Amino acid sequence: MSKIKEELQKRILVLDGAMGTMLQQYNFSEEDFRGERFKNYPSPLKGNNDLLSITQPKAIAEIHAKYFEAGADIVETNTFSGTTIAMADYDMEDLVYELNYESAKIAKEVADKFTKANPEKPRFVAGSIGPTNKTASLSPDVNRPEYRAITFNELRIAYKQQVEALIDGGTDLLLVETIFDTLNAKAALFAIEVVKEERHINIPIMVSGTITDASGRTLSGQTVEAFLTSISHIPLLSVGFNCALGAQQLKPYLQRLSNETDFYTSAHPNAGLPNAFGEYDETPKQMQGYIEDYLKNNLINIIGGCCGTSPAHIKAIADVAKNYKPRLIQELA
Amino acid sequence: MAESDCKKYLTLSGLEPLVVTPDSNFINIGERTNVTGSRKFLRLIKEEKYDEALEVARDQVDGGAQILDVNMDEGMLDGVYAMTTFLNLIASEPDISRIPLMIDSSKWEIIEAGLQVAQGKCVVNSISLKEGETQFKHHAKLIKRYGAAVVVMAFDEDGQADTYNRRIEICKRSYHILVNELKFPAQDIIFDPNIFPVATGMEEHRRNALDFFEATKWIRENLPYANVSGGVSNVSFSFRGNNIVREAMHSAFLYHAIKNGMNMGIVNPTMLEVYDEIDKDLLERVEDVLFDRRDDATERLLDFAESVKGQKKEHEDKVLEWRSHPLQDRITHALVKGIDAFILEDVEEARMASAKPIEVIEGHLMIGMNVVGDLFGSGKMFLPQVVKSARVMKKAVAYLQPFIEAEKDGKQEFSGKILMATVKGDVHDIGKNIVSVVLGCNNYEIIDLGVMVPPEKIIETAIKEKVDIIGLSGLITPSLDEMVYVSKELEKQNVKIPLIIGGATTSRAHSAVKIAPHYNNTVVHINDASRAVTVVGNLLQNDSRIYKNQIREEYDAFREQFLKRTKKKDYLTLSDARKNKLKIDWNTSNIVKPQQLGIQIIDDFDITKLEEFIDWSPFFRSWDLHGKYPDILTDTVVGEQATELFADAKILLKRIFEEKLLTAKAIFGLFEANTVNDDDIEVTISDDYTELDLVSQKEGLDGTRPDKLKFLTLRQQSKKAQGKPNIALADFIAPKASGKQDYMGCFCVSTGFGTAALAAQFEAEHDDYNSIMIKALADRLAEAFAEYLHKEVRTKHWSYAKNENLTNADLIKEQYKGIRPAPGYPACPDHLEKTSIWKLLNVEETIGVKLTESLAMWPAASVSGYYFGNPEARYFGLGKIKEDQVEDYSKRRHISIDEATKWLSPNIAD
Repeated sequence: MSKIKEELQKRILVLDGAMGTMLQQYNFSEEDFRGERFKNYPSPLKGNNDLLSITQPKAIAEIHAKYFEAGADIVETNTFSGTTIAMADYDMEDLVYELNYESAKIAKEVADKFTKANPEKPRFVAGSIGPTNKTASLSPDVNRPEYRAITFNELRIAYKQQVEALIDGGTDLLLVETIFDTLNAKAALFAIEVVKEERHINIPIMVSGTITDASGRTLSGQTVEAFLTSISHIPLLSVGFNCALGAQQLKPYLQRLSNETDFYTSAHPNAGLPNAFGEYDETPKQMQGYIEDYLKNNLINIIGGCCGTSPAHIKAIADVAKNYKPRLIQELA
Repeated sequence: MAESDCKKYLTLSGLEPLVVTPDSNFINIGERTNVTGSRKFLRLIKEEKYDEALEVARDQVDGGAQILDVNMDEGMLDGVYAMTTFLNLIASEPDISRIPLMIDSSKWEIIEAGLQVAQGKCVVNSISLKEGETQFKHHAKLIKRYGAAVVVMAFDEDGQADTYNRRIEICKRSYHILVNELKFPAQDIIFDPNIFPVATGMEEHRRNALDFFEATKWIRENLPYANVSGGVSNVSFSFRGNNIVREAMHSAFLYHAIKNGMNMGIVNPTMLEVYDEIDKDLLERVEDVLFDRRDDATERLLDFAESVKGQKKEHEDKVLEWRSHPLQDRITHALVKGIDAFILEDVEEARMASAKPIEVIEGHLMIGMNVVGDLFGSGKMFLPQVVKSARVMKKAVAYLQPFIEAEKDGKQEFSGKILMATVKGDVHDIGKNIVSVVLGCNNYEIIDLGVMVPPEKIIETAIKEKVDIIGLSGLITPSLDEMVYVSKELEKQNVKIPLIIGGATTSRAHSAVKIAPHYNNTVVHINDASRAVTVVGNLLQNDSRIYKNQIREEYDAFREQFLKRTKKKDYLTLSDARKNKLKIDWNTSNIVKPQQLGIQIIDDFDITKLEEFIDWSPFFRSWDLHGKYPDILTDTVVGEQATELFADAKILLKRIFEEKLLTAKAIFGLFEANTVNDDDIEVTISDDYTELDLVSQKEGLDGTRPDKLKFLTLRQQSKKAQGKPNIALADFIAPKASGKQDYMGCFCVSTGFGTAALAAQFEAEHDDYNSIMIKALADRLAEAFAEYLHKEVRTKHWSYAKNENLTNADLIKEQYKGIRPAPGYPACPDHLEKTSIWKLLNVEETIGVKLTESLAMWPAASVSGYYFGNPEARYFGLGKIKEDQVEDYSKRRHISIDEATKWLSPNIAD
């Protein structure tokens, strides 16, 4: 049994919070994003947060450390957009391997430091695998519903590259997250299976979908149960939801998911719904309250935060999570 | 209920989940979105009417289907494309995509294409051990990785399971491999233990239903969590046409199958009687059959079937006399006469009477086709009739195919395998299709690669399919070179397959001189379809060496003689030929300024106007009926056939007109022009009318059209008799030096829009006759359009012949003033001139006619050319030219000598 499974049987694990919110505080300029290495890069690079793992590695390491200090057991690598598909926006397809590799390495180094300091609480690194900016089962052109901007095979190839680099960089598990189109996620899972087979390894996989609004469905139209059915063919460490909704709005879907699955469950909701200025203003205290409701109902094994959350939110969550027992699952034969 | 048990149920998803629990009712799979089962759906997909095809899917969902089966396995379809497109469209319809999909194909690449566009958990239908364990495992592993459930057919290396023991043996083995070796979730396995027809009259079919029930029960009891499915309508196959009996059989079968554990299946809800409402007598007889309870069960059900049939069909249409003849006579009659109305019932009767369905093809149908072949060979039947016979034959074979495939070793024995292709750059396929049909009728298996086939594909297919003969076809002159190229490539790859060459511009001379020397195996030129059968027969006889040597010697001798002969011809140098040009006295010559200069477009022309302009003689020629229209209709030899063909053509023509099946478009322009440097014609679009006429033009001109352009003409170079000129088209236009402003025009017409779709539709209905007919007619209409437009130009737009009064026959005899020669034809064999016309008129952007890499026009039913209005302009043949003109031409064209040689090679003297 993997180390993380052992821990999951003992307690509720805490995932980190948002990377983007933290980076905003650094107020990096275009020059900071470029660093010395990309000084003369032809395309504008400000906003390419994944790139900061190369140009501002210290900041990234600092953020990971803050979340660990706040009580997180798992941090996510800074690789949400680390595929050739998403990097095409910055003409940085060729950099994909390096971005993922370096990001994993940074996170792993920080994690190891914390584990060493307190072996009773081992820390883990989850390789973050985002949805890309294209959808395989939706047409971007209303007049051509049969058209697709991306194919399964293109996704599969791009994801495989990301996965290999994350594993090479030392990530402990993989987190396929913010899934708004299940077909994209299936391509990622397909790629992971291929890598697992090629390398004879068995790396734990977390899957996290996104329920976009009160319809209770993914962007590609699936219900909670249909989503779960569509990704359960792969042995997963956990399945859950993140982003789009706050902890309060997410609860009914988490409840349904928890009823239906034998995998561990996870959630990393936003700090509430965005206000009129697009800002998340749910306080750590408020969020803690909603999360405690999950815990009382025994819905969750892994809990963290998404957009708008900070180390303070994570601390509040960790403080309350340690008081509850993890959700029980029945291991399948 | 424990959670882990819950996960052991088959769970599928579209936008919503479908969980199949023991408490679930029977899961109904919608099957109308299947091209092999629904003619309508096939037609919609072929015609790319995906909107309507989506409605078929929606009807299924509305009608209660819980899984949607989609099948695109049809020879004429690009299955991967059709599957991808249709599933993508389904994804955009939440009403449909809410239910899970069943991706149904016998081709792995189609299954994979489907899996790659479905976000939900699908079912793959199907895999089996048919091709062995390795492939079975490989596919199962991928299916698991794609996240789908799977239908496993009871089929293994030895064939399809048709007994209880074989069924359970194969299912057990499949289950073991899947569950124990591959860790495939047991609940994701759906067995299809084969539902076969009962009451067929054959002893070995008596237990078909019972074996299925028992095998189903065994699977459900012994293979934990596995599901059972099947196609119910198969069971009543022998009662086709008798819905009362069929519906009763379906419901009784389903009732018992479900009781034995079948939990899902393909059922047509409209063909289902309510079990309790089945007539008690009928039910008893049906169940006797299903459970094999009495020796006379089949007879008793047949008796009942007869009695209901009688009730329903009292007023049968008058039975044709020949329908009372014995079976073989009826089949032969239908084939010889090309009547398809009764062929399916006759073939079914023959099938019931034969031990194996293949015997119907090898026996009944081949006996009939041999009669057709003999009559054709002895000149008592003609090509159109043979093509009609082929249509009947094809329908019969298509009907038998599923039965043959269901048999273990049922493979049709062909006399040989022949690859047919229209070469790269060429789009003309009427002749090739006729030869394919005729050979098909003579029991050759045809692999038709279609038009514009690249040489790599020809070679690859020839090797992969182990064909016995390769047939190359082409109409335009660049195709001749392409055939030479193909033969060289074949030689390079050490291919040893005889080559047959055909098509309008091909000749024995070309084949003997240009192709045969490059290829070590046999090369034969065939100029008509009827000879194809003899040649192919000779090539494929057991010892064909004598024939092949004979052909080789014949061609060698022909080549030597030909080369000797051509050497004797005398040519002038280009400059001497130019001195001997046609000299028109430009001081007295009557040059008429066109009424309307500039470019005009005719969009969506009323095609019915063309009927009177059709020149029918070439139409008959394309069907190998030789003679001039209308005399051909009363010809003593081919008259009867020609009349019948003409009547069929008129019927289709009427449909074309009434249903507006073809669209006609044209563009033409009249310009100021003068000859420069002897052989070039400089055309100008002067400013004073450009703007005016651009206004009348449709949008779409991209402004790249030049305001000045040179047409390059070629000059005759062979030494002429005293006083005869060496002509070039440029001679018909006043030279710049003369100081006279002259004019010329050019045009492109097409009636081919819609032809390809119609032909494909006919082919889908196994109707080669009309598929060839539509193409032949479209060609005629295009010529007629060119004729019509030329007349309009002469009498109106240019109006140098305002008072012309000519009949169609006069037009065919070219008695009009001025000419309309076409690039690629004798007066100007240079196809590259088409690119100039395209540039000048912006043909592709405005009316959509394209040029292929060999400069064939697409759609094929198109005509393009120039207009010359001088009274002295006349048609002529260029004949052979010499290297000095090729070199001169290459400079004028700004291309290399090699490239010029390539394009002009058919006209270059050796």
